[in-house]
Amino acid sequence: MKVSRDVWIVFQRHLLLMVRSPLWVFLGVAQPVVYMALFAPLLKPALSSLDNGSMAAAYRIYIPGMLVALALGGGLYVGFGLLAELSSGVIERARVTPISRIALLLGRALRDVVTLAIQAAIIILLSLPLGLFVHVGDLLLAYALLALISLTSSAISYGIALKISNAGVLGQVINNLAQPLMLLSGTLLPLALAPLWLRRVADWNPFSWAVSGMRALFAGHAADAVVWQSIVIMAGIAVLTLAWSARLFTRSVR
Amino acid sequence: MIEAKGLRKSFQTRRRRKTAVVEAVAGVDLKVAEGEIFGFLGPNGAGKTTTLRMFATLLSPDDGEARVAGADLRTEPARVRRSIGYVAQGGGTWDDVTARQELVLQARMHGIGKAAAQERAAAALEAFNLTEYGDRNCKTYSGGQRRRVDIALGVIHQPKVLFLDEPTSGLDPQSRAHMWDLVRKLRDEGMTVFLTTHYLDEADALCDRIAIIDHGEVVAEDTPDALKRAISGDVVTVGLTGTAQKAAELLTGQPYLRSVEARDDDELRLTVEAGQTAIPQVMRTLEGAGIELSTIELHRPTLDDVFLTKTGRSLRES
Repeated sequence: MKVSRDVWIVFQRHLLLMVRSPLWVFLGVAQPVVYMALFAPLLKPALSSLDNGSMAAAYRIYIPGMLVALALGGGLYVGFGLLAELSSGVIERARVTPISRIALLLGRALRDVVTLAIQAAIIILLSLPLGLFVHVGDLLLAYALLALISLTSSAISYGIALKISNAGVLGQVINNLAQPLMLLSGTLLPLALAPLWLRRVADWNPFSWAVSGMRALFAGHAADAVVWQSIVIMAGIAVLTLAWSARLFTRSVR
Repeated sequence: MIEAKGLRKSFQTRRRRKTAVVEAVAGVDLKVAEGEIFGFLGPNGAGKTTTLRMFATLLSPDDGEARVAGADLRTEPARVRRSIGYVAQGGGTWDDVTARQELVLQARMHGIGKAAAQERAAAALEAFNLTEYGDRNCKTYSGGQRRRVDIALGVIHQPKVLFLDEPTSGLDPQSRAHMWDLVRKLRDEGMTVFLTTHYLDEADALCDRIAIIDHGEVVAEDTPDALKRAISGDVVTVGLTGTAQKAAELLTGQPYLRSVEARDDDELRLTVEAGQTAIPQVMRTLEGAGIELSTIELHRPTLDDVFLTKTGRSLRES
């Protein structure tokens, strides 16, 4: 299998780059941790209507949403790395070799999944003393869901970066995309608190399903229909966005 | 090894909502033989890099045909890629990995197995005098070292043809001489090297054959010596004080003169059969007409003279 070998080669290189400058992985966690410390306490009264009103319950609702925000938000910004690589000439160097074009995308996207997995682990570990509790089986499902979200957001970001080579414009486009996706998925505040029309709009946002699925898993309700529904929806979206981005890669990286 | 016919490429540029088409390469024909160093000489913006990138499968030509190492550029870019190496002007390495890691990766991207890739990387470090720095991060290298890493990356898979874009641009004289030796060594091992340059001395001293490109077209192609010989005879430059036009008219038609050209008001550039005998005659003619000469200089034609003859401009000025 030439493609899987090529994916492995690209993945290894980007893993090496991550190990060489691990600071980025930890900087990525800094923002969620600040939110955890300063924002989650505000939620306690707001969420008391949804659960028993304890701090642990607040975290059980807040942490899964934040993990989705991390996967979505973090992933959408990976395109900047690609821009830097495009201008440094390393992509061009790869283009003149027979390496699979799809591998250039997948190897990077998988590295992004690993980055996210580490960041998610840090956040989950930090929230255990705060009363978060999750079964190992549910956690594995949650990780699968996060991986699908990460693949989707990375694929979108790389695809946009290939189309928009100006870093300033790219930042604006990504911001304008990330904001509605985040707000309409209830990552920070559950959409259960939202008016009906907003909830109906959010039903069209796959990431909103992902957040619901994650919350169910962290509440220990793995059997909820929303769990398998969210995994199926995110898997479909991940395949679609990867296919779109891979097509851009093969075309512009011919 | 490389054969191109009517290769064309134009780009669209947008400025103030107007789209303009810039013809970067306007029909390039050339032939590069196996085992030679072929230089593509021209000023910045002449279309050198665009042509090189087309040969390296990075840009698809708008029109024309080309074969590189026996494969058709348009229909079999994958086959072309297997037999070429390409080194961009700015290189292309990650800052935080070592030259050895880069070499292994490059070999593996070319489909070479892990163990063999490691052996090749070690051999390349040796061959390019990099063993000492091979395990240091690329960002710590000097300009010359970095350039050697770039070339080592370009030839790790032993390609038939190596494309080098401005290989010595920005290097100090010593690194430059070292780079020339490296390129010659690769040629002596049987590799065909196609390089672009805007340095006259590089084209002259390093290249077996050159093509001169200007405004996207090849205006001359031959060995540097043959190109210089084609101008034949010598070049005489006469310095005057504002009377160049008049002097040019006066000299036109003299039997010992091949061409005469006034450059600015104070300089006359003559190509003559033999400089030694032409100088006294030029001086007599001009002084007879009351035109005063401030300087007179004789030199063998250089590639710059070739460029001047073919394009009407000096490469040094453009």
